[in-house]
Amino acid sequence: MEILGLWLAGFFTLSLFSFLYKDNPFYGLAEHVFAGLSAGYEVGLVYHSVILQQLVDPISQHWVNATAGDHPGFHIMKIGFLLFAGALGVLMFTRFFPKASWISRYPLAFVMGNTAGIYLMSELHGRLIPQIAGTFVNLLNPLNLIIFFGVLTTLIYFYFSKEHTGLLGGTARVGIWFIMIAFGAHFGYTVMGRISLLIGQVQFILIDWLKLIKPG
Amino acid sequence: MRLARPVGLLLLLILLLIPELLAANGASSVETGWFRTYRINAVIVAAVFSAAVLYYTQRARRGDKLFVRKIAGLDEVEDAVGRATEMGRPVLFIPGIDEIDKIDTLAGLSILGRVALITARYETPLYVPVRYPMVLAAAQEVVQQSYITEGRADSYNQDMVCYVAGEQFAYTATVNGYMMRERPAANIMMGAFYAESLLLAETGNAAGSIQIAGTAQPEQLPFFIAACDYTLMGEELFAASAYLSHEPLMLGGLKGQDFMKVLIIAAILVGTFMVTTHLGGDWMRSLFEVR
Repeated sequence: MEILGLWLAGFFTLSLFSFLYKDNPFYGLAEHVFAGLSAGYEVGLVYHSVILQQLVDPISQHWVNATAGDHPGFHIMKIGFLLFAGALGVLMFTRFFPKASWISRYPLAFVMGNTAGIYLMSELHGRLIPQIAGTFVNLLNPLNLIIFFGVLTTLIYFYFSKEHTGLLGGTARVGIWFIMIAFGAHFGYTVMGRISLLIGQVQFILIDWLKLIKPG
Repeated sequence: MRLARPVGLLLLLILLLIPELLAANGASSVETGWFRTYRINAVIVAAVFSAAVLYYTQRARRGDKLFVRKIAGLDEVEDAVGRATEMGRPVLFIPGIDEIDKIDTLAGLSILGRVALITARYETPLYVPVRYPMVLAAAQEVVQQSYITEGRADSYNQDMVCYVAGEQFAYTATVNGYMMRERPAANIMMGAFYAESLLLAETGNAAGSIQIAGTAQPEQLPFFIAACDYTLMGEELFAASAYLSHEPLMLGGLKGQDFMKVLIIAAILVGTFMVTTHLGGDWMRSLFEVR
């Protein structure tokens, strides 16, 4: 079984690499197997990690605690919240019935509205305010000048209420230079990471699968 | 109004149960208090931001002209769809690969609505592969609404938006295969992208599609810039829907953000001056301290 798994992994690795030449039946096979497997895996994953772990098990636990007389109000309220969330999930299934599919907009609206509200505060608290404070730097240090001008000019680049001409345009152009330098650094860093992934996969083919090279 | 009574009862129930909740968590209301006062700075910023958004939304609703500068790339969306129509090939729209609870995905869906309006108008085939069921439902709603708005409800087909795969690279492999087989004339990628960004953008480039991408993930932007014809960077993605639609609500949000940027720039200038000159720099920092 282990050998079969090794050969399948090798075959599908080469099938996916064959896309570098052009689209072909081997790539098509690997693509469909990959997509099908991942869809099946997701079903199992969601059932165990969401439906069981985050809904059924907590409801059972709270019910046991409530019936044991340990702060029953608290546990009943928790069960209510969990059932509310579960009911929202069930409402998504109304999409299968054209006449009732409009009901599925309620859970969607709930998630979208919730997302916007939660993110607003978490972004303010976690990112925006600390970053403002982090930019209060002593300009007598030359390195701090880079931080100061980098933040200011980049902010100005993302200002949409005025045309980027004159002084504002010049400052925004400096901002785009800062952005591009940062992107260049990201690009190099990520390419290095991808090359190490490629090396790992080539090692798998040559060492683990084909055994053409003995591990050092 | 029919919902007011049950919602009120629910809120009352929660209020009655709060002491129980605090007691069960092993903390009394005296110890914790009702508010975390050390987070008042975040509340003030949120209040100022919300007030600015409401103010500008009201102005936009009154019909005041609110200027938004040109965002390179967005004007090309209509041209790209026009090109697809002339070539008789589809438009591929990828709303990122993250869940619906990601702001980037919401921005992507908002732009999808505008793109679907144009494809509906020109009767251009549209294909939207998605990675998560919730995004599938939302994207189907958005596209259907656009086709109805454009008076082409009969042209809408639910399969325009389809679930592909839940695994990141299974999704990417399938979309890449679609790009090479169907050769869409335009690929529009707007949303949250991760390690698959270059794989998608390079394949689209090899397929000869015109590509417009936008994401707020700074690690992925360099790849889009390298492989796409136009790229929306960071906040340009969030500004895009307001720019395209000119709807008062969205314009209000965009203008409110710009107002906040002015305040932030002012705060940085003042704070940096105070720190550099040692005139109350620590006090200024303490105002922005978060715990």
